[in-house]
Amino acid sequence: MADLTTVIHNIKLKNPVLTASGTFGYGTEFDDFFDISRLGGIIVKGTTIHPRQGNSYPRMAETASGMLNSVGLQNGGAPNFASVIYPILTKYDTSVFVNVSGSTIEDYVACAEIINDLDHIAGIELNISCPNVKEGGMAFGTSCPSAAAVVSAVRKVYYKTMIVKLSPNVTDIVEIAKAVEGSGADALSLINTLLGMAINAETRKPVLSTITGGLSGPAVKPIALRMVWQVAQASKIPVIGIGGIMNATDAIEFFLAGASAVQVGTANFIDPLITLKIIDGIDSYLNRHKFSSVKDIIGCLHL
Amino acid sequence: MRKSVQNLKVIANHRLNDNHSIIHLQVDGQLENINPGQFANILVDQSQSIFLRRPFSIHTVDYQKNTISILIKEVGEGTRTLAHAQVDSYLSVIFPLGNGFTLPVSKEKVLLVGGGCGVAPLMLLAQILSKDSNEIDILIGARSEIDLVELDQYILFGKLFTTTEDGSHGIMGFVTDHPLFDTKLDQYERIYCCGPEPMMKAVAAKARLSSVKCEVSLENTMACGFGVCLCCVTETTQGHKCICTDGPVFNINQLKWQI
Repeated sequence: MADLTTVIHNIKLKNPVLTASGTFGYGTEFDDFFDISRLGGIIVKGTTIHPRQGNSYPRMAETASGMLNSVGLQNGGAPNFASVIYPILTKYDTSVFVNVSGSTIEDYVACAEIINDLDHIAGIELNISCPNVKEGGMAFGTSCPSAAAVVSAVRKVYYKTMIVKLSPNVTDIVEIAKAVEGSGADALSLINTLLGMAINAETRKPVLSTITGGLSGPAVKPIALRMVWQVAQASKIPVIGIGGIMNATDAIEFFLAGASAVQVGTANFIDPLITLKIIDGIDSYLNRHKFSSVKDIIGCLHL
Repeated sequence: MRKSVQNLKVIANHRLNDNHSIIHLQVDGQLENINPGQFANILVDQSQSIFLRRPFSIHTVDYQKNTISILIKEVGEGTRTLAHAQVDSYLSVIFPLGNGFTLPVSKEKVLLVGGGCGVAPLMLLAQILSKDSNEIDILIGARSEIDLVELDQYILFGKLFTTTEDGSHGIMGFVTDHPLFDTKLDQYERIYCCGPEPMMKAVAAKARLSSVKCEVSLENTMACGFGVCLCCVTETTQGHKCICTDGPVFNINQLKWQI
């Protein structure tokens, strides 16, 4: 067995496979399927200071090698998370991160302050890239000054590991990554979904109630790989790769591009056991290529 | 029964007509209790254009042989592929999912209303209600006679009524055009309904008017089937609820239907 541990800021993950926010609920939904303590970590779903009902149905459209969603951060709010969900999560022996989102900088700060008090939460993933909310969300992540402003504000109140999740819906993701790193981020995760659209030709109507939504799945993987590679070249902080990872080979490609860990998202919908298969597959790859540790292949793309 | 993801062997595929099949799947080990109304989310393997699983009601359960069956109506590529699943091939199935219908505590007179392929969960429901000695009337509506399947099976469990839009079988019109809905609805203590949403809303409106308890089984597009993608929500009196985990069966009073 190869050494699968990897480090994100000051957190040693037991393996480099995490689950992406919004695709794994609070983890408890997978209890019937497997022991989620086997994961490197989980990012629980997008949490906002106030409860959100999310967008109207329909919220999903299947597309070629992927899907669009426009859930819109449906969640019970940070106080509910802290009092109801968090006590359940303490039973898991894995690193739990909370994806924090908001409509205003004050919202992000208030939410992060609540999470700060929860001992068993390893860190937050600041979501400045949700394309499915009318205010805030992606708007913060698509310009350097606004990205820097929200990251700096949260950094002042949040003491543990702060990952910042970047939007691919930008002209130059490297510039945003630099702004975020310069404002105190401890790690970067990318990519969030790509803004897309589906139309029903028969009804001549958009499929989603919100008209546009976020594209995920293997369709986005080449874009995600390219962005991870570009950002990893330009950043000193760890990068977590996300985007269309369906198997261990996909995950390996992200490590080679420079990711220190990966998040598996949409694949969880199709195969609830996919993360375990990916962990085992990474180990097999490392053994087959005679690497003793996953750290040996991070950023080791042969050019 | 706890939900799990399993590779199930197709042991039989009965073609009912040009666009309906029933596939029988062998479960490894002992099947535990499955509630009528629960569903299975099935992977359409080796498909270029189909990315997500397809949800189907569990049609019947055989606890002796440890098999489940799925009624499939071909509506698109996914259903077409699954309807033609080869015997001895394997399908990846996540099941059982969802809540299922509420069963009467003591003997009741109940009405089962199915529309089109919405009859799928009513077979298992009728079997269980019949075993518990409930008095069952079954009303099945379809576009045309060709869409009415397994009438010879449903009739084993109670009185059977049909409607077709073209009048080719039973009363011509929608299910709610059937005389059962005229004056006699309060003879039932409970109505179970599954079919297209406009049909269920029409049935729900009649049930509410007659103050009869009514449960409907919803079908929204979903990505996961077990409550994490949050795509299949419906509006309820308690906000957005996932039909895959809080449903698919809802009491009509939980729903914010304008009826």
